[in-house]
Amino acid sequence: MRDNIRLRDHHRESQIFSSRVIWAALLVAMMSLVLLSRMVWLQWLQYERYASLSDQNRVQTQAMAPPRGLILDRNGTVLADNRPDFSLSVIPEQVPDMTAALDRVAELVTLPENDLKRFQEQLQGRRRPWEPVPLRSRLTERELAVFAAAQHELPGVRITAEAIRYYPQGELLSHVVGYVNRMNQQDLAAMNEDQLANYSGTHFYGRTGIERSYENRLHGQVGYRKVETNARGRILEVIAEQPPVPGDDLVLNLDLAVQQAAWDALGQRRGAVVAIDPRDGGVLAFVSRPGFDSNLFVTGISYDDYSAYREDHDKPLFNRALQGQYPPGSTVKPIIGLAGLAAEQTSWQRTVRDPGWFSLPDTERVYRDWKRGGHAPRVDLHMAVQQSCDVYFYDLGVRMGIDFMHDYLTLYGFGHRTGLDIEGEARGILPSRQWKKANRGASWFHGDTVNASIGQGFFLATPLQLAQSTAILARRGEQMVPSLVADRREQSPLPDPTVADPQDWDLMQQAMIDVVHGLRGTARVVGYGAPYKVAGKTGTSQVFSVPEDEEYNEDEIAERLRDHALFVTYAPADNPAIAVAVMVENGSHGGSTAGPVARAVMDAWLLDDAGDLAVPAPGAPALARRER
Amino acid sequence: MQTREYLNQLPSHQRGPTSADLAWRLHLDGPLLAALLMIAAFGLFVLYSAGGENSDLLVRQCIRLTAGFGAMFLLAQIPPRTYRFWTPVIFAGGLVMLVLVLVVGTEAKGAQRWLALPGIGRFQPSEVMKLAVPALVAWYFRERALPPRLRDVALVLLLVFVPALLIGKQPDLGTAILIATSGLIVLFMAGLRWRIIGIAVLLVSIAAPAMYFYGLHDYQRKRVDTFLNPEADPLGTGWNIIQSKTAIGSGGLDGKGWLNGTQSRLDFLPESSTDFIFAVLAEELGLLGIVLLLGIYLFIVGRGLWISLQARDVFSRLLGASLTLTFFIYVFVNVGMVSGLLPVVGVPLPLVSYGGTSIVTLLAGFGILMSIHTHKRLLG
Repeated sequence: MRDNIRLRDHHRESQIFSSRVIWAALLVAMMSLVLLSRMVWLQWLQYERYASLSDQNRVQTQAMAPPRGLILDRNGTVLADNRPDFSLSVIPEQVPDMTAALDRVAELVTLPENDLKRFQEQLQGRRRPWEPVPLRSRLTERELAVFAAAQHELPGVRITAEAIRYYPQGELLSHVVGYVNRMNQQDLAAMNEDQLANYSGTHFYGRTGIERSYENRLHGQVGYRKVETNARGRILEVIAEQPPVPGDDLVLNLDLAVQQAAWDALGQRRGAVVAIDPRDGGVLAFVSRPGFDSNLFVTGISYDDYSAYREDHDKPLFNRALQGQYPPGSTVKPIIGLAGLAAEQTSWQRTVRDPGWFSLPDTERVYRDWKRGGHAPRVDLHMAVQQSCDVYFYDLGVRMGIDFMHDYLTLYGFGHRTGLDIEGEARGILPSRQWKKANRGASWFHGDTVNASIGQGFFLATPLQLAQSTAILARRGEQMVPSLVADRREQSPLPDPTVADPQDWDLMQQAMIDVVHGLRGTARVVGYGAPYKVAGKTGTSQVFSVPEDEEYNEDEIAERLRDHALFVTYAPADNPAIAVAVMVENGSHGGSTAGPVARAVMDAWLLDDAGDLAVPAPGAPALARRER
Repeated sequence: MQTREYLNQLPSHQRGPTSADLAWRLHLDGPLLAALLMIAAFGLFVLYSAGGENSDLLVRQCIRLTAGFGAMFLLAQIPPRTYRFWTPVIFAGGLVMLVLVLVVGTEAKGAQRWLALPGIGRFQPSEVMKLAVPALVAWYFRERALPPRLRDVALVLLLVFVPALLIGKQPDLGTAILIATSGLIVLFMAGLRWRIIGIAVLLVSIAAPAMYFYGLHDYQRKRVDTFLNPEADPLGTGWNIIQSKTAIGSGGLDGKGWLNGTQSRLDFLPESSTDFIFAVLAEELGLLGIVLLLGIYLFIVGRGLWISLQARDVFSRLLGASLTLTFFIYVFVNVGMVSGLLPVVGVPLPLVSYGGTSIVTLLAGFGILMSIHTHKRLLG
């Protein structure tokens, strides 16, 4: 070995190296100790913490939403169904290029700006890796097919299914069945702990109609399962499971055929029809036309669709049968008559002079009869009902006074809610001294009584109230709360109205039969060819008042200013199985416009397919629980 | 017969080749080989579970290991003086290839680390430098008087940092640091004065914050941030380290059992068969498994240091010690990163992590170590 510039000391070099090896060994030992103590810390001292973290990762408790109960008509036809809805969701971790993927999706299906915005927000927010982010719901069948064909180009974008509400009859039942839509923050805020737990897997909540008032029964009881999932959220094993209890299926008293008949009979006119089975108070038909497509509301109605409904002059969102308040007009005359009898202010024999007008003693004001020149020189109660003689009832109203009239009519359901099992019912107005004082700040005048006795003036009633009062009349005073759901049992708080003599029921019924079947009845069109006897009463609800001395030509006034046509009826008269109230907005004549609608409804209920009388038994048939 | 008995009573390293000692004749070190095989077998055992019982994965890993042990065997046959002679050439070739990588390299995962060789396949020049850099520093001191003077230190730093910078540019910060470290280890083993070491440590601790703000790519800075506070973004960049710690911690003393680690098998643990395989081992085999693994690693390190101590020439000593200690640093960095002690840098667990050319390089290094051990008689 040749020498270097510096003299090498091999022994010293060897010593240096040896000492450095020892140093290195010490360093290695120290570093190993660091690693080891780290492991002891993690695996021994912090074991409990990490073991539970690991379990939380692995085991999840998932809420299982109960299937919502179905709503069925009395024959088992499904009125509210649960259907799978297909939506698109994205697992961002599987998408190589999000912008390109979204562009491609937008080529295949429509991606509304709203959805895209919400998606981007969710994407940027805190989220668990591998958790799908919803992109678009309610794919149409066409979109579904188009997307499915191109799915291989779009890793990470997938179709998911969820059960959502579907209303097969659409607008026909929109005002009865109502609709559900997505739960929101307010719904959750209004719930207590138990309810919150019960709704932990649920996405939809009843908003209107049966869906709302029977939310508790339709919803059912939430189920749970403990599952082992992987980081992608895929369920690998179900550890424990408590299945959900499905919501109750609700059978309605409603008969879809009767409902359809009422709907069709109204045609394109605006109006309402309520039919009640007087034998049990079951609501057979509940129509408000126009209706709306309740399916649009389920996953959130678009702004355009909603404003179209809001701006429609026909007010399709307005529930006329439940909330529309109209002067009941002459339809209340039979009840006013019974009130007069009960007050012993008249009898079937008593007659009133009818010159075609009426005036209060010592006043100038003239109250006209709808028929110029009057019906006959002298009119009795039977004729007054049959021909709808106003003068007779002006006189009778003033004789018995508003206080008695108010108290008696209260028993027929006027002025307060009937107690139907959907929310939002209007009270109507049954005027009284107290009411006028409180609401108009004025005293009661005899003239107010005159107007009230033919169902005008302050008097307002909903079509539902008209049907209910007719049902009470048909039952000869028995109170029953009208019900949509078949198994509902509700006691009315009101006492039954009474009459002076039980024969009064028969005689008043005869008068109402003669309205339809009598030679001079105002609704003879209703009775033609009917294989059963019909008792009815026409009515007209004034939209605006005609000055006392003027006549008006109805062709000349705008359609929207015409009177509303009313007709109340029950049949068969000898053993009533249906009571109907019909209101046709701006329909002018109760007998000719509303009457045929009522007839169609009664036929649908009372006749079989061959057109023969076949009165169905009261009460909805007990339906076997549907298989799911 | 007497000769034989005499030789048998000598310690193995003084015995020299005998017909009875097959390992010695093949230039292999029995204890080291046994320990390496144990680690490899242990690694395959863990990999089977970490890879989701995928036998394809296992087969490919076996092929790699076989190639590695083959390379080890071949390199063990070459005497150290041959290495010493060729070191400058290999280093220069490596440098050229590093430059080529930056110009014509193949990109993968955002980094340009691969060189496509027609007919041979892809190849990572930084792997060559893992051996060439410590070898060059050892070569530099082969006949110089020790401890190194300041002038030597400056030159060595230059020789070390040129390849390190080239690799850091790819960018592959982890490998760059490890390669630089392997060169610095040679300096340390050569007897670098404590005074200089002290000053260097001081300088680095001043320079580190500056590096953080000006010298790192965004993704690298993010890793450091995540390391400092993984809870800040538990579902994003912090996910890996939180899940890894959870896997290790939930393993407990005796583990959840082989094939029963929920963190890895349910995909919560990312990179479970490559960089984070240690967490799988910790989860399934617990502290006992870790102690066993670290024990074998330490035995290998001990054996390597022992071999270096026995080496006759400076080049062999320095290279042997550097290769051994670099091996340990791999273990330390990987375990430290997986358990949250160090920031996440892409360093595999030696001989256990799936894939990479690093297995071949590591075993090649041990081949050189065996050559140092078994050729010293001939070097005389």
